[in-house]
Amino acid sequence: MNKIALVEAAHLKTDLPRFRPGDTINVHFRVIEGDKERIQDFEGIVISRRGAGLKETFTVRKISNGVGVERVFPIHSPRIAKIELVREGKVRRAKLFYLRDLASKAVRQKTT
Amino acid sequence: MSGLLGKKLGMTNVFDDKGNSISVTVIEAGPCPVTAIKTKDRDGYEALQLGYGQKPERVVTKALKGHYAKAGVKPSEVLCEFDGFDIASYKLGDVINVDKVFAVGDKVSVTGTSKGKGFQGVVKRHHFGGGLVTHGQSDRLRAPGSVGSSSYPSRSFKGLRMAGRMGGKRSTMKNLKVVRLIPDSNLILVEGSIPGPTNGYVQIWK
Repeated sequence: MNKIALVEAAHLKTDLPRFRPGDTINVHFRVIEGDKERIQDFEGIVISRRGAGLKETFTVRKISNGVGVERVFPIHSPRIAKIELVREGKVRRAKLFYLRDLASKAVRQKTT
Repeated sequence: MSGLLGKKLGMTNVFDDKGNSISVTVIEAGPCPVTAIKTKDRDGYEALQLGYGQKPERVVTKALKGHYAKAGVKPSEVLCEFDGFDIASYKLGDVINVDKVFAVGDKVSVTGTSKGKGFQGVVKRHHFGGGLVTHGQSDRLRAPGSVGSSSYPSRSFKGLRMAGRMGGKRSTMKNLKVVRLIPDSNLILVEGSIPGPTNGYVQIWK
């Protein structure tokens, strides 16, 4: 076994749902405030997945109060409590950066 | 300083107990056989000479073959002396593993040969600022500027920073934190980057 993979194996998650760019997902993210911990939801469309192994990340985009917000999560981060697949999308690209320039109606049409 | 010899295997990320992502370099450190013991009586100082890696028998000179035979070990790819060991507790041919020398949380320094960059200009090699882009300048963007004054001293001073060969030199990164040890596969994970290419030989000093 590749020795780098051996190092990463200890941290890799095995219970990840299958999701792809275009899918709508809900990321349950652990937020630590002082000594308290709570779960924050971030629901949006996956517009990119990049990297491999432990370094893999994904980008989720949503419109919050009329402003587009994007967050990048390391997919194997222990701070992610759960990833929930809300809706599967149907897209023809691996990277959906063009959604940034579209109105929300057009986004809906492009991802279903 | 005590330490071990090893090989850089590459970089990756790991997560700490708080969930922070840490960039680490994975180094295969040891197992290092003791190939010679320097003593105060005979050599004037105390140190262990350690080896790492394996070299085919056919490329080893007769002189070195005898050296390795004396220690009863197979020919190593690299050799280095470390003076921080208690030499009384080691004998020739002993194998030193990574968990014997290092512990998680230690600060280590890693020495290796940096990647060769070839002939480079002053902006890359010495972090010069380069020239102006505007105000009617042309062809001055990455120029070094003046290299000295005129009639006195009529020469450029020695050691003036100029363009030239960069990299491919011995280089040390100090105070790197040991993030994790995996003794079963002789691995040590240090925080941050270290000199040299993947599969380059390095010395890890404690």
